[in-house]
Amino acid sequence: MIRWLKNQWQVLRGPSRHFSLGFLAIGGFVAGLLFWGGFNTALEATNTERFCTGCHEMHDNVFQELKTTIHYSNRSGVRASCPDCHVPHEWTHKIARKMQASKEVWGWLFGTISTREKFLAKRRELAEHEWARLKANDSLECRNCHNFAYMDFTRQSPRAEQAHATELASGKKTCIDCHKGIAHRLPDMAGVEGW
Amino acid sequence: MGRLIAGVLLMIAGLAAVYAAGDHIDALRGDYAIADEPVPPRMAPVENTDMRRKRSYPMQPPTIPHKIDDYQVDLNTNKCMSCHSRRRTEASQAPMVSVTHYMDRDGNFLAEVSPRRYFCQQCHVVQTETEPLIRSDFQDVDMMLHKPAATGETAPTP
Repeated sequence: MIRWLKNQWQVLRGPSRHFSLGFLAIGGFVAGLLFWGGFNTALEATNTERFCTGCHEMHDNVFQELKTTIHYSNRSGVRASCPDCHVPHEWTHKIARKMQASKEVWGWLFGTISTREKFLAKRRELAEHEWARLKANDSLECRNCHNFAYMDFTRQSPRAEQAHATELASGKKTCIDCHKGIAHRLPDMAGVEGW
Repeated sequence: MGRLIAGVLLMIAGLAAVYAAGDHIDALRGDYAIADEPVPPRMAPVENTDMRRKRSYPMQPPTIPHKIDDYQVDLNTNKCMSCHSRRRTEASQAPMVSVTHYMDRDGNFLAEVSPRRYFCQQCHVVQTETEPLIRSDFQDVDMMLHKPAATGETAPTP
């Protein structure tokens, strides 16, 4: 094994015997482009609503619920799709989330929430994962669109202004602390703080 | 039996036809025949001022002075109670639901809102910024008490 590794290392260290420098450099560049482009395209393909709702688990449960909310249909026609809220936009975090999501493939493969009943039974747990994630990253995905710095309190209702100008401004609370269940139906909220 | 049912149905249909010929059967529907498709009025914006309205009579359930779009009130949770329940009012500064809502029908006080009071919108509703569809000549008790005695016979008792 050690010898084989040594041999490989010798091959890598040595100069090219059959291929020109130009071929290796340009070929490597093109291969790199293809690899990176392919990787990114595949990544983006898994980051679409079409992909997410490709499985009946997502399509029949959470996607139908989203349709009735303001994040799907509203006066200005700007809307959020699944990855806007559930996948970080920044690359490093996105990759980390995508690796986590491999467990969701496992769940899909073995039908963890393959029926409505199974989904409802697991909903609290799934919701808690999302609440914990958004709590930990200070509601990063909300803030991709809803930037506190540009909130005009004078255009908010008195209640909203009061809450945003105190608890949110001081950093004591983050979006998800109050805004749970805004895009999907809530599970049994017994024992959840603030309910 | 079948003939009886048929007879009753015929009678109802006949009565309906007679009534439909009259005017203003259903003020909400307006002057549209049953086969016509009325143009619906614009949906009025919901009042969102957070200012409490005067109640028309002491027992009136207070109206909701804010938007309640997409508030979830079902077996799982009650969104209204996340501000208006006893333990949440300190943080929310919302009025606590009245103590009667914590009582069962025998007058016992419960720890949570009584199941018979659970569905807030059975009694409490939002208000929209629009003209009422039907004119009302309701007078509250103060108006009745202070109404000047127009004729001697309907003068209020002191």
